[in-house]
Amino acid sequence: MNLVQAPTQGNAKITKNTSSFSIVKKRIKKSLQLYLIFLLPLIWFLIFRYVPMYGLQIAFKDYKAADGIWGSKWVGLANFNKFFNSYVFTRVVTNTLGITIYNLVAGFPIPIILAIALNVTYRNKFKKVTQYVTYMPYFISTVVMVGIVMQFLNPRIGIVNKFITALGGKAIDFMGVPEFFKSIYVWSGIWQHTGWNSIIFLAALSSISQELHEAAMIDGASRFKRVIHIDLPGIMPTAIILLIMNCGQLMNVGFEKVFLMQNPLNLRSSQVIATYEYSVGLKSAAANFSYATAIGFFNSAINLLLIIIVNKIAKTTTETSLW
Amino acid sequence: MGIIKKKKRAGIEAIQTRGEHLFYTINDLFLLFCLLVVAYPIIYVFSASFSSPSAVMAGRVTLFPVEFSLEGYKAIFENNKVILGYANTIFYTVVGTSINLFLTVLCAYPLSRKEMYGRNVFMFIVSFTMIFSGGLIPTYILVQNLGLINTRWAMLLPNAIGAWNVIITRTYYQSNISDELFEAAELDGCSHIRFLWSVVLPLSKAITAVLVLFYAVGHWNQYFNAFIYLSDKKLFPLQIILREILIMNQIDSSMITDPTLMAAKQGLADLLKYSLIIVASVPVWIAYPFVQKYFVKGVMVGALKG
Repeated sequence: MNLVQAPTQGNAKITKNTSSFSIVKKRIKKSLQLYLIFLLPLIWFLIFRYVPMYGLQIAFKDYKAADGIWGSKWVGLANFNKFFNSYVFTRVVTNTLGITIYNLVAGFPIPIILAIALNVTYRNKFKKVTQYVTYMPYFISTVVMVGIVMQFLNPRIGIVNKFITALGGKAIDFMGVPEFFKSIYVWSGIWQHTGWNSIIFLAALSSISQELHEAAMIDGASRFKRVIHIDLPGIMPTAIILLIMNCGQLMNVGFEKVFLMQNPLNLRSSQVIATYEYSVGLKSAAANFSYATAIGFFNSAINLLLIIIVNKIAKTTTETSLW
Repeated sequence: MGIIKKKKRAGIEAIQTRGEHLFYTINDLFLLFCLLVVAYPIIYVFSASFSSPSAVMAGRVTLFPVEFSLEGYKAIFENNKVILGYANTIFYTVVGTSINLFLTVLCAYPLSRKEMYGRNVFMFIVSFTMIFSGGLIPTYILVQNLGLINTRWAMLLPNAIGAWNVIITRTYYQSNISDELFEAAELDGCSHIRFLWSVVLPLSKAITAVLVLFYAVGHWNQYFNAFIYLSDKKLFPLQIILREILIMNQIDSSMITDPTLMAAKQGLADLLKYSLIIVASVPVWIAYPFVQKYFVKGVMVGALKG
């Protein structure tokens, strides 16, 4: 690059052009091998990630398979209006936000507490066992996870209901009560993910300088005091980054688990944007691709907006950000 | 144990007060609580899977197997659907992970080289897909147009590269493979492809192990793609079969082969679910400890910004 700055005043422009052009050419030539390696992944990204983005235009069209994506008629914002004015709109948006906010408030602090507790203990073997066991549920598939939840809450054979009836209560069909849906979803998720999510905080804790702790100990700080004044501030940047990422996901509830936990009885509180998109797009006999795409587009546009806003806020207030 | 612990503590802690001791005790109790809360359901499922159908149906299992039996497992392995699902899942996992690994490394290596012209543009193309996507229907239309519906490719191609995995791999290469190394190799006439194959890959086994685990677990647990793209029963992976049995309660009578067991059909159906949960999860739990040592390293690399 510094070659470009060099030329004399008189023919600066021409020299600059030709030299920067030849530099570009040279650099491209030098990168050819790398381009060749990158070619296959690039083609994959363009086909499997960017062609669907091109396909998003059907949200503004009346998609007919025979006419194709490009050939279908434009209808403007009709699909979006249909969604905003439909009776399910408020329901799916509230359910989506309800689940994510509940999940964030209940689920975010627990891995931090677990990581700190693991970091404090001196019983190394006990620590290792606890780590291994708390990571285990992470590897359970969503299907199996929901299967376990349903087995445990089963009104006939489930252990939870056996416990309730043993205490003299009446068996409850938990999965059929809309009011329980969010709690079951969130707390089974916490059971499954807490151990895993604590890894990153453990890593952050292990990178805190030991000298800080030693200095504090000389000043007579107890271990608890050191947790509050050294450990917690030490993992703050990591926590903030993760919080940012989570806030960017506020309108994003994964399809799989909600869908698997859904049944006609709890649909009132279990229909979220993703499952509604599926049910109008692929499930119904009169599948409406355009309408479903509009719902999905609305959702991912909001997600994108959220992550940009949250990142900006974080950048100006805390100096930590995603990009 | 006690002596070692005390020694260690004495080394690190200069002053030991009563309050300190209490704090450590409470802390350990909290950890024990976490351990039990996570372990109990797993132990319960495990024990139930080894109990007799009648014990499961009557809910007599609390901690240990009651009336030890292998009937649940026997019923599973006599079931053709489950066996076929298992075989399909193994196929998707092995082939899919190989494709994932191949493409991810090919994608991450060039992005880790400073001399790649236009690297930032390519980096953007990759990372943008993490925050925005075409979504369900446009992807479905694409898969349909490519003619992949109801073929094994539908399980292998649409998620062949994970952008996040590319980024952690690239970060790992950047921080572990020095520029001098390539310059030296280049002087000896080594090409990028050769360098990638015989220097980069052997030097980054940790990240390769992490990728294999992430991708393989992803394939093993894959349900969604099979659910929307496959309708041919011969292609179904294990997770679809699991959903039919665990969640939709579809246990066909062909599953219970022994007529004397017909009376205990309901009990066996209940038992079978526990055995299935174990059979579906155990391969991953066994594989995990082998890669665990690389793991924290890999996750930490991911924690750094790309």
